[in-house]
Amino acid sequence: MSISSASAGANRIKNRGRLNRARTISFTWDGKSLNAYDGDTLASALLANGIHLTGRSFKYHRPRGILSAGPEEPNAIVDIARDTARRQPNVRATVQEVFDGMQANSQNRFPALIFDVGAVNDFFGPFIPAGFYYKTFMWPASFWKHVYEPFIRRAAGLGTAPTEADPDTYANRYAHCDVLVAGGGPAGIAAALAAARKGKSVILCDENADFGGHLRADIHAQIDGQPAMDWVASAVAELRSLDNATVLNRTTAFGYYTANMVALAERVTDHIADPDPELPRERLWQVRAGTVLIATGAIERHLVFHGNDRPAVMLASAAQMFANHFGVSIGKRVGVYTACDSAWQAAFDLHEAGSPIALIVDTRSEVPSQLLAKANDLGIAVKPGHKVTATSGRLRISSMTVEAENGHGKEKTPIDALIVSGGWTPSVHLFSQSRGRLKFDADNGRFLPDEVAENCICIGGCNGAMTLADALDDAANATGSKPANCEETGSMVGYQIGTSNGKTDSAFDKSFIDFQNDVTAKDIRLAVREGMLSIEHVKRYTTTGMATDQGKMSNMHGLAIAATELGREIPDIGLTTFRAPYTPVTFGTIINHAKGKLFDVTRTTPIHSWAQEHGAVFEDVGNWKRTWYFPKPGEDMQAAVNRECAATRNAAGIFDASTLGKIEVVGPDAVKFMELMYTNPWQKLAVGRCRYGIMLREDGFIYDDGVVGRLAEDRFHVTTTTGGAPRVLNHMEDYLQTEFPDWKVWLTSTSEQWAVIAVQGPKAREIIEPFVEDIDLDDMPHMSIREGRFCGVRTRLMRVSFTGELGFEINVPANYGRSVWEKIWERGEPLGLTPYGTEAMHVLRAEKGFIIVGQDTDGTVTPDDANLSWAIGKKKTDFVGIRGLKRIDLVAEGRRQLVGLKTLDPREVLEEGAQIVEDPHQPIPMKMIGFVTSSYWSENCGRSIALALIENGRAQMGEKLHVPMANGAIAVEVCETVFIDPDGSKLNG
Amino acid sequence: MLLIQCPYCQEDRPEIEFQGAGEAHIARPANIADISDAEFSEYFFIRDNTKGIVFERWRHTHGCGRFFNAVRNSISDKFIMTYKAGEPKPELTEEQIKAAAPISKKPAADKPEPSPSKAEKAK
Repeated sequence: MSISSASAGANRIKNRGRLNRARTISFTWDGKSLNAYDGDTLASALLANGIHLTGRSFKYHRPRGILSAGPEEPNAIVDIARDTARRQPNVRATVQEVFDGMQANSQNRFPALIFDVGAVNDFFGPFIPAGFYYKTFMWPASFWKHVYEPFIRRAAGLGTAPTEADPDTYANRYAHCDVLVAGGGPAGIAAALAAARKGKSVILCDENADFGGHLRADIHAQIDGQPAMDWVASAVAELRSLDNATVLNRTTAFGYYTANMVALAERVTDHIADPDPELPRERLWQVRAGTVLIATGAIERHLVFHGNDRPAVMLASAAQMFANHFGVSIGKRVGVYTACDSAWQAAFDLHEAGSPIALIVDTRSEVPSQLLAKANDLGIAVKPGHKVTATSGRLRISSMTVEAENGHGKEKTPIDALIVSGGWTPSVHLFSQSRGRLKFDADNGRFLPDEVAENCICIGGCNGAMTLADALDDAANATGSKPANCEETGSMVGYQIGTSNGKTDSAFDKSFIDFQNDVTAKDIRLAVREGMLSIEHVKRYTTTGMATDQGKMSNMHGLAIAATELGREIPDIGLTTFRAPYTPVTFGTIINHAKGKLFDVTRTTPIHSWAQEHGAVFEDVGNWKRTWYFPKPGEDMQAAVNRECAATRNAAGIFDASTLGKIEVVGPDAVKFMELMYTNPWQKLAVGRCRYGIMLREDGFIYDDGVVGRLAEDRFHVTTTTGGAPRVLNHMEDYLQTEFPDWKVWLTSTSEQWAVIAVQGPKAREIIEPFVEDIDLDDMPHMSIREGRFCGVRTRLMRVSFTGELGFEINVPANYGRSVWEKIWERGEPLGLTPYGTEAMHVLRAEKGFIIVGQDTDGTVTPDDANLSWAIGKKKTDFVGIRGLKRIDLVAEGRRQLVGLKTLDPREVLEEGAQIVEDPHQPIPMKMIGFVTSSYWSENCGRSIALALIENGRAQMGEKLHVPMANGAIAVEVCETVFIDPDGSKLNG
Repeated sequence: MLLIQCPYCQEDRPEIEFQGAGEAHIARPANIADISDAEFSEYFFIRDNTKGIVFERWRHTHGCGRFFNAVRNSISDKFIMTYKAGEPKPELTEEQIKAAAPISKKPAADKPEPSPSKAEKAK
């Protein structure tokens, strides 16, 4: 055969490959325009155009080429762009399909790929051994921030992150199936087909564009009497035609989670030149499978010898794939270095496809006779029992040096490509992620699946199958079907792990194990000598297996070298843990819809739109958007809050309190239940009256608070803090369901049923009066609740106050919230009614010393600490927290108590959270006796006010304390917590 | 992600519908106000935190809202059973325990010689 001069690269092989050559597409590589065919990966397209050099290595900046044809690729890591926003670094060229207009660029080079100044690291290699960073950047400590860290950060990482926001969309899908088959090679396809034919619901996924696995690289195998890839095509077509089967290509099973939950990443548009904008770029599948058939195949290993990383050194199976599937020749004089039978067949295929084989070197002295015979027939020179000890060639390999096992007969052979095989590593990643146990197969130098932890079965290459017949047998056994018949030529027998050219500790030895992180065999040995005894330590010290390829090719080599150096067996030193994801997954796929507005729930009240229209600024409170303040033109926050606070005390304020948690407690045992859940006594609370309730945890600390109204003997309207509603309901349900299941009580969350409009201030009654029907406002004392109508709609009208002013909270059905608000506003505005937000609400309540649970309490504050002992029913024999309150520490002297603070300079506003000390001149560390919980400028007081928790605070009234800050201590005086209207005359007005 | 059977809904549902609620079969003392510090400590603070078979409470928060109990192996994460709140602590059979057991660990690697203690070094 001869090389055709087809337009999509000079190295296309005539009549070879499965790509459609009817049409060429064009892409750029480092700015240069090149052609490819549909179905090409970037790797195959570059090779077709004679390009082996694709990048510079991470640490030494050595020239590197394409090593594999699949997801294990450690070298050909490139940057792929569609436009400026759609750019992704660190893409494996071996899996990225070329599309028309694709811009591909090499990484980790400056100024150019063929001349890179970072390559000086290669000469300094002897001075950058394993653990270099740990040893070098140790002292002085002050160098870390300005010298070492910037240096390491600049040197770290291959590609550069995109700077623009990702404009693409990503999707998410949940699926259930009887059988999930991960991997669409022969075993996976046969098993999926057998299961689907039995009527099982089946999902078959494969990471590649085309199904077939290694069969794609094979042109000899026959299954059921037809060429294997024809069998693949018809099997996949049949599966696609079945309603009970889902077939997903370009879909990687990347994570195996508890209870047979497997995560798949489907790449929907990355291969399309002009994708439909309606399509997501990628789709996350979360599949819950009855049985998982793991058919993830095996990955070929390279061999570890000096100079094994030069461009145009390639896995034998990859060269075979490029020739037979992509129709691309990798060289014109190819060397072969192997420890495994499969590379011989690859060599024969290449030889017959116009890439003459210069020499086959096999580390084994015993090679199957039929392989030797075939080589002889083809006129290929062979050297069993030999090794490659060196290579040459700067930007592409130009020769290999071969010698016999005993070091004799050293000979240099000119070549322009070298294919290598150290045997095959079963891809046990998913199985291991499922917590399945592995066993070491010493005869073949590999780990295989052993005991399962989930309902899964490994079949084919990942289960150790070395021939097509074994793989098909596995599939048949797993599905209880008859195996397909096959004929084939290849086998995966033979292996080499660890170094294949003996132990050399020459400082200039470059026998790479991990290409992506530039780890050599001697680095592993050095790590062991320096005391790393566990493979987990060796891994972290040398960084072997820690790059984005996760050591798919390198792990077994590293393990074997460490084991030899330690003088122990491989199973004794164990294998590092396999973790998800199997291959890198984009953040877009993982978060999919959960970004921007869909990142989290946003809750808004029925009055939210009115507030927006009136210029409100909002703050986040849990998931709620709450109105923070309503600035008028030219006002800053403080000015707006000052105005809102003053107006509320002088005329009236209107406040959206709809976010308050609300729980309806109903039933014959409702009052008994309230007695249990709150510290207060409830039996004697009259119908139509309200009470401020405190809820504790069993340990005696304040958990929540709120006003409770009794609507009937057996019905309570309970309010909770805004953020506390779900946990309070959960807490109540817990006691009701599990401790007192016989009590006849029903709990219903009504938070979103009622809009709550607070009207507070001296004019509150005057403003709401005309709207009230069926309720006698004159018969509504402070802390009362009535049912009637307001503006014609059903209401629960409460006379309560969180401001210390005469006030009402008007509950109306949520749908009427905005229209009722507007009616009140229409009437109130001329009377001085002012809308206020949460900031003014905070100031107004602090002026009255009302606590906010979670701000003035922190989960270690008792009712007594917060001056709320009056709210505990002294005669009660039980409530949640009754025993906790008696704990030694909770009744001890010296607890922190809530007090007020006034700064000596009234204009100084303390910082919330600031610590308090007695003597600001004491040596550091000072004894901190408490901290500020709330602090505001109070326009109504004409000074700053604060609340604080201070040791023995109540006994220190009038004492002078200090709040040390960065620029000096602030003197404060301890005072009562109520700053305005201490006798409450405004409330009852 | 765990798959949990709600004994009220009688369905296997994904973990995200549930909230864990701690160790099961710890009853609130009827005379809680009168118990000793030690008894309160035992009731409120002390938990077994077993490595292996655990009896625990769950709530089907985003489903039926019911609390229930479960038996799970905390190493393998496998559930042995779930049952309704208030039902007695179940007796487990050998088969049930075995079915939820984690797979045995690989043989432990030889441990390196322990480094000499500080006292020995001081000598």
